Amino acid sequence: MPSDFVEISGLHFGYGRRKILKGLDLRVPRGKVVSIMGGSGCGKTTLLRVIGGALRPSAGTLIVDGESVNELDRDGLYRLRRKMGMLFQLGALFTDLSVFDNVAFPMRERTDLPEPIVRDLVLMKLHAVGLRGASKLMPNELSGGMSRRVALARAVALDPQLIMYDEPFTGLDPISLGVISNLIRTLNDALGATSIVVTHDVRESMKILDYCYLMAEGQIVAQGTPAEMLGSELPYARQFFHGEIDGAVPFHYPGTDYGAELGLATRAR
Amino acid sequence: MPNSGSRHVLDNKWSAVSGLGRQAVEAFLRLGYATRVLGLTLMNSNVSARRPRLVVREVYFSGVLSLVIILVSGLFVGMVLGLQGYQTLKVYGAESSLGVLVAFSLLRELGPVITALLFASRAGSAVTAEIGLMKATEQLRAMEMMAVDPIARVVAPRFWAGVISTPLLTAMFTAMGIYGGYLVGVILLGVDQGSFWSQMQSAVDFREDVVNGLLKSIAFGIAISWIAVFEGYDAPPTAEGVSGATTRTVVTSALTILFLDYILTSLMFRGF
Repeated sequence: MPSDFVEISGLHFGYGRRKILKGLDLRVPRGKVVSIMGGSGCGKTTLLRVIGGALRPSAGTLIVDGESVNELDRDGLYRLRRKMGMLFQLGALFTDLSVFDNVAFPMRERTDLPEPIVRDLVLMKLHAVGLRGASKLMPNELSGGMSRRVALARAVALDPQLIMYDEPFTGLDPISLGVISNLIRTLNDALGATSIVVTHDVRESMKILDYCYLMAEGQIVAQGTPAEMLGSELPYARQFFHGEIDGAVPFHYPGTDYGAELGLATRAR
Repeated sequence: MPNSGSRHVLDNKWSAVSGLGRQAVEAFLRLGYATRVLGLTLMNSNVSARRPRLVVREVYFSGVLSLVIILVSGLFVGMVLGLQGYQTLKVYGAESSLGVLVAFSLLRELGPVITALLFASRAGSAVTAEIGLMKATEQLRAMEMMAVDPIARVVAPRFWAGVISTPLLTAMFTAMGIYGGYLVGVILLGVDQGSFWSQMQSAVDFREDVVNGLLKSIAFGIAISWIAVFEGYDAPPTAEGVSGATTRTVVTSALTILFLDYILTSLMFRGF
């Protein structure tokens, strides 16, 4: 069994002519919680979708649990996805199903387990995220933090070996934030899984991470343990981790000269 | 600069032409994609066949919940037919043929066409909005990541539910319409009950009228369901995108139904 659950090297991907990933290298060791950080629009979510096989890279190698994802056919891909669980940014709960049925969905669709066992498993998963009492509610009756927890219970319903989180901390209050970050760590350790957390929340994620990659413009620009990253002298890493307004990433979007645009030069004449 | 001016006009002319060309190419690309989605839907219908409850649930939402609008509309259309038909037939002293007129109009044309138009606006638009919103809120993507094919699990059951519901609703619309014609013609205006029913019975041919009407409604059902699921599946994942897709479902369905109706009528009723 290779020691890395995910191995990526020289990965390229683009939507048409717009290149998103440009020669990306990354390794995710088994049993670890690894985060991929970077500004909005740098390709983090795209990377998760490529790892999940929803998008095909144009070049490079992508190996998940010893299998080359680009070479898998549909059945192979679906087989591989059974080892994966993914938490989407807004939970992506099925709005026409109750909390219980949402968590039961992957079990009913992907296994032949008898209904009493499905019921027990669902209650166990919901108990793990603290929402066993909410099993009869519908998704529109849940708060943002609660629906994220239900989605997490659904993502781990089939005990995946790889759990992927797409911006799990976005839009949560401080209590929910703590609950979710704690769950990411405890579920990873309890299931013996490997986790990839895509986020730009530095404060919350640094508490639970084993290793961190910093992405910019489709490439990894820095990597290391949380302590190493916070002490990094690289200009972009320093600006990102300390939230500086101006620096390697300029505050102003490139445009024409400010004075010329306001017509100041003409007026002065 | 006269030269650059005339070139500008020329450019505008060409851009209109190239814009038209681009639109045509895009329309064909979309049609190709829609055909591909239909092919995938048909190929992935085994889940619907294995788990009929998925289809039954959608038949409930699309078909059963459309019953009220279909039955009420059928009744009124039949009543209007009875009234108008009576006024016209009376001129020639042929009001006893009112049953034939009502039955022919409903079985051949009004039943299939109006039911399909109502079904497209009531259920087709709902299916588009539902699939579009599921896409916009990443539910389809989540399903894919759980190794569950959204075409097999979400699209195919809704497609088949539409195909099954349309002919059933058409039959109910037509029956209700005939009853409406009876109410106005016989009960209200005093046409002879015996001639109303017996003339209808002897004039209506099962193969020629009933089966052809049914075939029409099946064709409309396939068209509406195809358009509705494709527009939802193809909708841009934004509020504006879903609302646009819903409108397109209703407009495209209506035009397709009327166009198909002409084609089918000209093929089916050539003997007249």
